[in-house]
Amino acid sequence: MTELSAHLPQFQHGQLTENFPDNHLCNTNDNSERRRHDNSERRRNDNPESETNGQPQNRTQQVVEQDEEDEELTLKYGAKHVIMLFAPVTLCMVVVVATIKSVSFYTRKDGQLIYTPFTEDTDTVGQRALNSILNAAIMISVIIVMTILLVVLYKYRCYKVIHGWLIISSLLLLFFFSFIYLGEVFKTYNVAMDYITLALMIWNFGVVGMICIHWKGPLRLQQAYLIMISALMALVFIKYLPEWTAWLILAVISVYDLVAVLCPKGPLRMLVETAQERNETLFPALIYSSTMMWLVNMAEEDPEAQRKASKSSTYDKQANQIQNEDADLDDGGFNPEWEQQRDSRIGPLESTPESRAAVQALPSNSQASEDPEERGVKLGLGDFIFYSVLVGKASATASGDWNTTLACFVAILIGLCLTLLLLAIFKKALPALPISITFGLVFYFATDNLVQPFMDQLAFHQFYI
Amino acid sequence: MTLAVFFGCSFIAFGPALGLCLFSVVREPLRVIILVAGAFFWLVSLLLSSLVWFIAVKASDPGDEPLQKGLLIFGVLFSVLLQEAFRFLYYKLLRKAIEGLVALSEDGCSPISIQQMAYAGLGFGLMSGAFSMINLLADALGPGTVGIHGDSQLYFLTSAFMTMVMIFLHTFWGILFFHGCETQRWWEMVAVIFTHLIVSGLGSRVRQAPSQDPEGPSGALSLSCSLPALPALWCCQLGPTVAFSAISFLFSVIGGPPFVPAGGRCPGAPAARE
Repeated sequence: MTELSAHLPQFQHGQLTENFPDNHLCNTNDNSERRRHDNSERRRNDNPESETNGQPQNRTQQVVEQDEEDEELTLKYGAKHVIMLFAPVTLCMVVVVATIKSVSFYTRKDGQLIYTPFTEDTDTVGQRALNSILNAAIMISVIIVMTILLVVLYKYRCYKVIHGWLIISSLLLLFFFSFIYLGEVFKTYNVAMDYITLALMIWNFGVVGMICIHWKGPLRLQQAYLIMISALMALVFIKYLPEWTAWLILAVISVYDLVAVLCPKGPLRMLVETAQERNETLFPALIYSSTMMWLVNMAEEDPEAQRKASKSSTYDKQANQIQNEDADLDDGGFNPEWEQQRDSRIGPLESTPESRAAVQALPSNSQASEDPEERGVKLGLGDFIFYSVLVGKASATASGDWNTTLACFVAILIGLCLTLLLLAIFKKALPALPISITFGLVFYFATDNLVQPFMDQLAFHQFYI
Repeated sequence: MTLAVFFGCSFIAFGPALGLCLFSVVREPLRVIILVAGAFFWLVSLLLSSLVWFIAVKASDPGDEPLQKGLLIFGVLFSVLLQEAFRFLYYKLLRKAIEGLVALSEDGCSPISIQQMAYAGLGFGLMSGAFSMINLLADALGPGTVGIHGDSQLYFLTSAFMTMVMIFLHTFWGILFFHGCETQRWWEMVAVIFTHLIVSGLGSRVRQAPSQDPEGPSGALSLSCSLPALPALWCCQLGPTVAFSAISFLFSVIGGPPFVPAGGRCPGAPAARE
């Protein structure tokens, strides 16, 4: 893979997230794909109080010089991006854990999904293990089939189908699942509510969500909605997946994630490469982005969007080329992205200072002529969901209770940190699940079985270590 | 137990640490990462030490009370030593990170100095405090009466104070330890390990409870049975711990170098040698 950071993550994310079965219980499927995250291209960071790590802002200017310096700068910015991802992941987990602890609906056993047909209420441990393995196998195959279906649809340019699929899935999440969630919360706190008010609330919540996620909206609102729908999905998984099946699925999905993103013939990697060949972006609705997305929607034939898409995709390519060439960029501030935009607007021209000046005088919305924006970082919604499933399951079923939850939480954050570090080093799309889920699983089982008895004894004898 | 007890105890235990975090850690992404990584290192050390303890317990006779007590004390001492070992490992890791950052930066200045990285101690402390206190706080929200069987009614309060002091201690130990590693003053590191062993060993002075309620998470209530009368507890555990904390604080403020603010005068690579 080349150093095209920008769109890689978007692609992967785009797909699968919720395209899968809009069906009743969604679940599953969305996952895998989403789990990529990557540095995006330079985008303006709309966060007014953006931190700079104590570094002077002008460091961004020097980024076009050497590869090494680019690497340092990504590492330097790495800390900020890690925090930009820590916050939403933490928020999602907090929402899920708070719901699990207070609303008993999500820990009550009310049947299972059709994707996990084998029950775990068996007589022997062996039978239970076998059933859970079969359940996990069925679920993973469904996910793989869906992923391949999506890649095929994308390859044959059935954008309308994919788009419709996505819209139906988010409709389901934003309206139906939030309705159920709200209903259960009201039941838990014994709040009397009439249907008319409820309908009004759900309608507003859902419509604003659809607009923010699929079209335009304030960045924070979009991020909040993405976190909320991830939390809702995670709660559905926690409720309907039996215990051993859930842990097995988590483990197998991290392996699948690793394979699908890094293997040359992996579906997600093929998706990314196809999108790159076409110079398109995937669906921004399915990725959590820490900075403002300029691009609106891939499926539209909007020339504005296309131009922006091509502009942003080529910008990064050219920026990388420039870095590789070690060329001196004394172009008066007109970087290649800007030139690309100019070309698309008024046709290819000889790039003379006069023509540049003339074009610059045009009232264009060339964000490119401004200071190079900071890189944002993207994380797929599937990653959010599976992190929250792990922590939620830990809080629901662990005997160590809060200790286990806390341990899993720290483990996942450290895994995310390590993944971002690898990202800064390798600069290509990476799976976000394997490291975090591995740490999370190890810490869950270790804390629950080893640390908890130890801490119990320590607390009993009032030892503080 | 009421919401007041819950909030009171949680603020006693975590208030100072929260203040430290809010005022000095939250604004700097690097410090947040160092904090979380510190918590992770403490967690790993706890995991390994509890693994060792677990194996020892499983390999021994569960009915033999003095043996179990002895194994627990051994577990505590081993855990303390392992924690300090991980503190040293973390120091090594941070050293490498600083060298990496310095090498990558343009003017040879690291964005964070080794003194600030002693916030790792705060990470250790927060995790240690959380693991001690959180289940207690969760129980404090539920129904029950502390000390209903005639034991000390201030169980939650003393636990909260002990947790607060332990968080402070871990922070100061972190500062002293890193300073000792930086300046090759081995006596500082030995002093940290020594005081840690003493403080952790203080808990053994508490007498045992006659029986334990097997109710799992609500077992905290029955733990109150294990506390002696309050004055004895203060003398034996909380007092010395607070004293050590004060001494460590003095040492880390006076003996340790002043904190270099981020982006301030740069000592030049390698960072901050005394």
